[in-house]
Amino acid sequence: MTDNYFKDILETKGLSIGYKQKRSEDLCLLSDLNLTIRRGELVCLLGPNGSGKSTLMRTIAGLQTPLKGKTLVEGVPIRERNFSEIARLLSIVLTERLQVGNLSVYHIVSLGRHPYTSWMGRLSEKDESMIKWALEQVGLWPYVNKFINQLSDGERQRVMIAKALAQDTPLIMLDEPTAHLDLPNRVEIMRLLRNLAKETDKAILLSTHELDLALQAADIIWLMSKNSDLKIGAPEDLVLSGSIEQTFKNKSFNFDRKSGNFIMNYQKKQIVQLVGNDVMGFWTQRALSREGYQVTCEKTGNCSIHLKEDEMVWEIHKDGEVTQCRSIHDLLLGLNKKL
Amino acid sequence: MQNKTKIFLFVSLMILIAVFLVVDLVLGSVSIPSDKIIAILTGEDVKTSWNYIILNFRLPKAITAILVGAGLSVSGLMMQTLFRNPLAGPYVLGISSGASLGVALMVMASAILPGVFGAIYGFLGSWALVVSAIAGASVIFVIIGMASIRISDSVSLLIIGIMFGSITGAVVNILQYFSDPEQLQSFIVWTFGSLSGVTWNEMHLMAPVVVIGLLMSFILIKPLDALLLGENYARGVGISVNRTRIWVIISTALVAGTLTAFTGPIAFIGVAVPHMARAIFGTASHKVLLPAVVLIGAVLMLVCDILSQVPGNQTTLPINSVTAIFGGPVVIWVILRSRSVKASFS
Repeated sequence: MTDNYFKDILETKGLSIGYKQKRSEDLCLLSDLNLTIRRGELVCLLGPNGSGKSTLMRTIAGLQTPLKGKTLVEGVPIRERNFSEIARLLSIVLTERLQVGNLSVYHIVSLGRHPYTSWMGRLSEKDESMIKWALEQVGLWPYVNKFINQLSDGERQRVMIAKALAQDTPLIMLDEPTAHLDLPNRVEIMRLLRNLAKETDKAILLSTHELDLALQAADIIWLMSKNSDLKIGAPEDLVLSGSIEQTFKNKSFNFDRKSGNFIMNYQKKQIVQLVGNDVMGFWTQRALSREGYQVTCEKTGNCSIHLKEDEMVWEIHKDGEVTQCRSIHDLLLGLNKKL
Repeated sequence: MQNKTKIFLFVSLMILIAVFLVVDLVLGSVSIPSDKIIAILTGEDVKTSWNYIILNFRLPKAITAILVGAGLSVSGLMMQTLFRNPLAGPYVLGISSGASLGVALMVMASAILPGVFGAIYGFLGSWALVVSAIAGASVIFVIIGMASIRISDSVSLLIIGIMFGSITGAVVNILQYFSDPEQLQSFIVWTFGSLSGVTWNEMHLMAPVVVIGLLMSFILIKPLDALLLGENYARGVGISVNRTRIWVIISTALVAGTLTAFTGPIAFIGVAVPHMARAIFGTASHKVLLPAVVLIGAVLMLVCDILSQVPGNQTTLPINSVTAIFGGPVVIWVILRSRSVKASFS
């Protein structure tokens, strides 16, 4: 086995993160972290707001001094290097929206080549081919001459990912890359990042608080929570061990291990029997739970709902009386009147 | 915008500079024909008084106009990028307030403390104002420079610069309050700004310093472009933001400080020209904007100098007012037409 290829791209040794304070003891968020990311791995740093995700990201990127320990990228200790050397080891994509509009997509991606160009910033042929490759990877080569303010938020984020790719670093770090995006764009960005990790053999580390996306896309999740250690594992392992449930526990909703979703806790007011299955049954059950009914499939009380799937009709059976409803909305109104 | 269009614009601007330079030399209280001017410039002895007027008065004034236009515009552009603020300009760090404080002390405090300042004033002679302005600007520069090493965010630095401006302004007000009308007048005349006060003697100092400051800004093109993405992204692509900030401040202090010392504080140009350049060239890239503001600034300042010489009259208007009165509407028109301010600083 050639050691070089399987070497971890990122390694932290006894890293303690937190803030040095002038008058009191250091505020330590997490201590003695020994983290690794292998080649081609997509790691999601997951945690609720305020759990210290940004501090860990900043410390790993060398923007913040660790309280103890060090970060190595391909065996090179980050803190002992200057900005331009660090920029060849790791690239960053931030949450903040660009404040400039009249720069071309090409120009912005070309800034990723800064660590490799002279003081004049002249681009060599290799620089230009890297920029083209990066833009093709994110599917924005046709937009190369557009100004950044002509693009949507999702496209802007892809431009910044292209910038990071053009920087040609073994490690790419993204701070909440999906924060401003709608659902299709969020999924698209995560899919893109996962493919990039596999195809380019880079290590990608991103922080997010979006559990569902992280569960689906990540190879490894680093789970942070307030006042507890960092938990590491494949997403499924963390679900099975109950760590995710523990971290995101809240009195107004529950994490459902079976579906990997959050279920909101509504006040239950009445037991209703639901007869029927399949897709229609699933969505009817969701609607009923939202309205506060406790749904069961066993015979109970005097109220039951029967589904006629082929006609898309809902029947309310109450005290021998049958009411037909043509939509879930009607059904809920009818139930509220009767019960 | 196509590269061809850009080259066309650059060439047009250079031609404009040449044209306005000649016009600037032709116009004046003594009328000298333009063919004679070219003869004088090529070293011919046409008429002693004409030669003297052109070579020792109008030529240094025109060169000063070009240096002021180019220098203040470049400083303004760098300040706007560094602070990501469309209202920033070369004087935003208090450099010109420092210079005014120096001049005010020299001019007016000699009345309050005739012994010390009177002696210095007598010793320096015609250089008194320049030296005092440079001293004042340097003091502020050293303070801001030290602050910029300690403070790592630009907004705080901007506020500190503005505070220093207010403090020195207040001290100048107090000095004005206690000084004689005569001295008050000579200070106020200095604040009007003047391009004609620069003789060849002074040009030997002013031109090299300003040119060095401008050359420094051309070395800063790459980090300034990275700063457009914000300070964090700039660090991410390997730019040392602190070092860039210090070099920008040094360059601005050299250019704006020196120009203010020799010509008085000339407002407006430094804030306005970068906006005009962005509007005309439609980009935020410094590789284009830096040469563009040099050329546009030079053209605008030459035009203002031409306009300040009221035709058929001996009087010249104070340059500081001319830049704002004639330049202001132009800038407003350009900005309204292109909406580039929003695109650059949204």
